[in-house]
Amino acid sequence: MSTNKSNYWQDNLRLVRFCLTIWFVVSFGFGILLVDVLNQVQIGGVRLGFWFAQQGSIYAFVVLIFYYAWRMSVIDRAHGVNED
Amino acid sequence: MDLQTLTYLVVGASFALYIGIALASRARSTGEFYVAGKHVHPVANGMATAADWMSAASFISMAGLIAFLGYDGAVYLMGWTGGYVLLALLLAPYLRKFGKFTVPDFIGDRYDSQTARVVAVLCLILISFTYVAGQMRGVGIVFSRFLNVDISVGLFIGMAIVFFYAVLGGMKGITYTQVAQYWVLILAYLVPAVFISLQVTGTPIPQIAFGSPVVDGGGFLLEKLDRIVTELGFGAYTAGAKSRVDVFFITLALMIGTAGLPHVIVRFFTVPRVRDARMSAGWALLFIAILYTTAPAVGALARLNLTETIQPGPVGAVDGNLAYEDRPLWFKTWEDTGLLRFEDKNADGRIQYYDDTNSEFAETARGYGWRGNELGVDRDIMVLANPEIAGLPDWVIALVAAGGIAAALSTAAGLLLVISAAVSHDLLKSVFARDISERGELLAGRISAAVAILVAGYLGYNPPGFVAQVVALAFGLAAASLFPVILLGIFSVRVNKYGAVAGMLSGLIFTLSYIIYFKGVFVAPFAENVAANWLFGISPEGIGALGAVLNFAVATGVSALTPPPPAAVRELVERIRVPS
Repeated sequence: MSTNKSNYWQDNLRLVRFCLTIWFVVSFGFGILLVDVLNQVQIGGVRLGFWFAQQGSIYAFVVLIFYYAWRMSVIDRAHGVNED
Repeated sequence: MDLQTLTYLVVGASFALYIGIALASRARSTGEFYVAGKHVHPVANGMATAADWMSAASFISMAGLIAFLGYDGAVYLMGWTGGYVLLALLLAPYLRKFGKFTVPDFIGDRYDSQTARVVAVLCLILISFTYVAGQMRGVGIVFSRFLNVDISVGLFIGMAIVFFYAVLGGMKGITYTQVAQYWVLILAYLVPAVFISLQVTGTPIPQIAFGSPVVDGGGFLLEKLDRIVTELGFGAYTAGAKSRVDVFFITLALMIGTAGLPHVIVRFFTVPRVRDARMSAGWALLFIAILYTTAPAVGALARLNLTETIQPGPVGAVDGNLAYEDRPLWFKTWEDTGLLRFEDKNADGRIQYYDDTNSEFAETARGYGWRGNELGVDRDIMVLANPEIAGLPDWVIALVAAGGIAAALSTAAGLLLVISAAVSHDLLKSVFARDISERGELLAGRISAAVAILVAGYLGYNPPGFVAQVVALAFGLAAASLFPVILLGIFSVRVNKYGAVAGMLSGLIFTLSYIIYFKGVFVAPFAENVAANWLFGISPEGIGALGAVLNFAVATGVSALTPPPPAAVRELVERIRVPS
């Protein structure tokens, strides 16, 4: 593997690790493991832990995928491996 | 115009639309039949994926499940959406770069092994048929409830429609009908949800209604719900009953399973470029999230409506409960279907709906003169009966019927296509009849799609007793068999064919045995399906996550003890890791 491709892959892995950390924290973290702690806080008519479990995590997932797609297209161009 | 005629008109118009699209987009090559010629716009593919993914279960059953599970319903909400993050970050772009037609294609080529390919086909067929039988059943139920035809006639019409556009159009036909089906099903879901949110909370947006106060007093929706259900002995809506461990593992199994479902993965083979595959996953999840963030609001609103209808007055007061003879019209309609059942156990002519399994509440209930819960509610009616409960106009009910059918048909078609591709492409073209011509392969694809439809129709008409219990099976198997070897195939150059085959088989066998052990498929269960008997407190629904861990461990371990894969495989891996 050329150094360029190797650097590209390392950049990709770093981004994937970052995004998966957030993925884990908003769903398994806030929605399940820490749900009782977050439920102490209430915003509007919903307890925060419950909200993450049934609403917030889903919004976060959508944003995460678009963020990943956008960052990857930047990384693609920086390493000259973009498709056009 | 009466409801019956209106429903026929709306459903008929939706069918005419699907057939028109199918005629306009017939497949002329294997490339068009399997992956729509790789010309699908990422937004269109996102919509098609959303319709492909959201099945009769998402449309009809999920909000009802949540209504009765409360907090625990989060396993479906997070599990069935979080998988798209895994798909977008870990699988879709690389499989698109790989550039062939099917999931077994990738496993066979990456592991340079026909055994691995055939094992992958086996897993795929097992997963997809389990899933498709449930869809055909959903089509039959919607037809018989809303169109008053026999379930077999409903099934036959559904099969004929799918036959038409899946066999003729292949992936190309399916893609564009799925785009249309997405619009039908999302409209059918949102319109009643908006009306009901408005009635109960005064805000038209269900996601906001979820956290709003109710208009007739009593505070916030969820607080009021917690209060009125606990007064009846039920667990608090926002608390949930499953153990945290089980919630964790079920969510994880559904996420990994979603990312490993072949009919979902293959949708990302149809876009023109790698970066389209990444974006398309985002669009797909956005379109799915519109329904999935509405569902918990629908669940909470429906539970509130139902409870307040049955218990209009104070709990314990003699006239606090609804008198059976005063029951509303929708109650009668759904009693006729058997999905709502009333039994007057204390012979007071009124309906008592409470948790009679709660031993702490039993004495209080006896004090009220109650002799047991008198109302049986099938959770599936929560979405289907919603428009009637809220007193919405007939056209909304007709639209819900068309939406339920669209959700079931779009998923069935996607599943049938991956089954036919697995037979004509992965078994015939790649293994047993390698010199088959393109025309021959296309014909084989159409024939196997037709056969798959017949089998699915049969399974829908004579559902094996276990279909309802084994939804967990499809996700568990996808999580434990396919996902780990695809992931390792991309992110590891060291995992070889021995590791892959051993990993898939151990994940598959472990998960299958655990589910059969507690749920009994073809045989009686070996042990009672209760938390005390479960391994690490994980229910059969969540065991696929552990199966996936086992698959990863075995695949990596066996590969470490056997020779590394050949140079050609390493080149393949390096090629799929970069877009250009």
